Amino acid sequence: MSDNGMIVTESATALPAGVHLPIYMDNHATTPLDPRILEAMMPYFGAKFGNAASRNHSFGWEAEQAVDKAREQIAKLIGATSKEIIFTSGATESNNLALKGIAEMYRERGNHIITQVTEHKAVLDTCKKLEKQGFRVTYLPVQADGLIDIEDLKRAIDDKTILISIMYANNEIGVVQPIREIGQLCHEKGIIFHTDAVQAVGKIPVDVQKDNIDVLSLSGHKIYGPKGVGALYVRRRNPRVQISEQINGGGHERGMRSGTLNVPGIVGLGAACEICSQEMEAEAKRETELRDYLKNKLENALDYVHVNGNMEHHLPGNLNMSFVYVEGESLLMGINDIAVSSGSACTSATLEPSYVLKALGLGDDVAHSSIRFGLGRFNTKAEVDYVSDKIIDVVSKLRELSPLYEMVKEGIDLTKIEWAAH
Amino acid sequence: MAYSDKVIDHYNNPRNVGQMDKSSSEVGTGLVGAPECGDVMRLQIKVNPETQVIEDAKFKTFGCGSAIASSSLATEWVKGKTVAEALAISNTDIVKELALPPVKIHCSVLAEDAIRAAIGDWKKKNNVTETAAATTAAH
Repeated sequence: MSDNGMIVTESATALPAGVHLPIYMDNHATTPLDPRILEAMMPYFGAKFGNAASRNHSFGWEAEQAVDKAREQIAKLIGATSKEIIFTSGATESNNLALKGIAEMYRERGNHIITQVTEHKAVLDTCKKLEKQGFRVTYLPVQADGLIDIEDLKRAIDDKTILISIMYANNEIGVVQPIREIGQLCHEKGIIFHTDAVQAVGKIPVDVQKDNIDVLSLSGHKIYGPKGVGALYVRRRNPRVQISEQINGGGHERGMRSGTLNVPGIVGLGAACEICSQEMEAEAKRETELRDYLKNKLENALDYVHVNGNMEHHLPGNLNMSFVYVEGESLLMGINDIAVSSGSACTSATLEPSYVLKALGLGDDVAHSSIRFGLGRFNTKAEVDYVSDKIIDVVSKLRELSPLYEMVKEGIDLTKIEWAAH
Repeated sequence: MAYSDKVIDHYNNPRNVGQMDKSSSEVGTGLVGAPECGDVMRLQIKVNPETQVIEDAKFKTFGCGSAIASSSLATEWVKGKTVAEALAISNTDIVKELALPPVKIHCSVLAEDAIRAAIGDWKKKNNVTETAAATTAAH
């Protein structure tokens, strides 16, 4: 340790019981595979290797049966019917298929699409592409708490609007949009409603009937299932939604998405949904408690911290916090035995902070100071204690090093300084 | 991001952290960067009025690991040098010493700017003109 007591990453003391390093707390990015799901998948890598499209022998039937079971497990979790589930390679493909497929299919009815600025890139980039093809896209702003204003949405609708795509829950700040209200509005106006529900499904109750959702994207690896498999829910009645296929060849999945089905992946996705159906309520309660415990501990120990996103309409396991006057990447460097995510994009080529945090009206300086914690099924209270203690320690040490923190403590107004921006 | 051992060492054991009396005529202060850019460096030097040798240096940095390491290294390097010698430190020297990846070259530029700003401040306080400094350096 140096004379000023700076960060020492190697802990000299023994770890508390139940804590194994590194600690994974980035469950928005991906979740670990639940061992129960792996067990369900294993036979389909081996003896049960059939192609679900082989209709003339038992290998094919076995695979088809497994796929049908998964379809039911997924449908049950979101209040759909199994015929409404289309398998894809993941939520990015689901979002692409939904947006492009609907835009193409309903083009004669209109060319206007509404989405919001805090969507995932899988939606935003797809919308940009559609703009190049002659579609008009309205990107709704969000309020300071990350929620859209339903009045903004109403004003954005015109007689050419064919599709509204609003994510269920945000991957960075965890806010849950007023989906039911948006869905109802869409149904009143005869507009198709798509939601990227990848962070919400399996974490909070999602019901395509009650929520008036027409098309919904979900993914396996966000709910402790495998990567490389996802699904798109496509409503069959009231209204019947049509989607033009984006991958051709063989007419699998009701002609909407060709390609031999990823049977082991699909079995895993089904099993993941089954577990969520049974355990979601208890898990949400546990994660909310852990999340609030983490939040309170950090808020009580540190000054100049604030939470990003509306905490009332929020995912259980998400906490996005700004540690002002400390830069996010240097904070991550001091906690390198903990996997979390930084709102600062200092590690990327652009050095631009998170567009989601900026959309909330956060200044670049605060956005650079933000950390996303993603608690999940396998995180424990002992881990939360370890993580919060470590964060408190490193933030305190980095603030000793921060000229901004020192200036603020001396009563200097940082906004009055003429910074030499680079 | 995979950092070199030297960056990690400076991050874990930053040299010369602190502040000196801004109002002292022997102290030059450079504050560069901007909070919205994600890095702000403050580098201070204490110059011997007789010899123009930098006897002490302190820094504080808000920024990523590379920014902290670059400014920490800068304080080490300027100490014991004359003002003129310190002005010769270039960002490429810092990049080389810390093996900074291309995306982090910005941090080294900031450190070079911080040295120049601190020296500039000291010169202004002491009415040292460019030529006078150059003459001193020639000795």
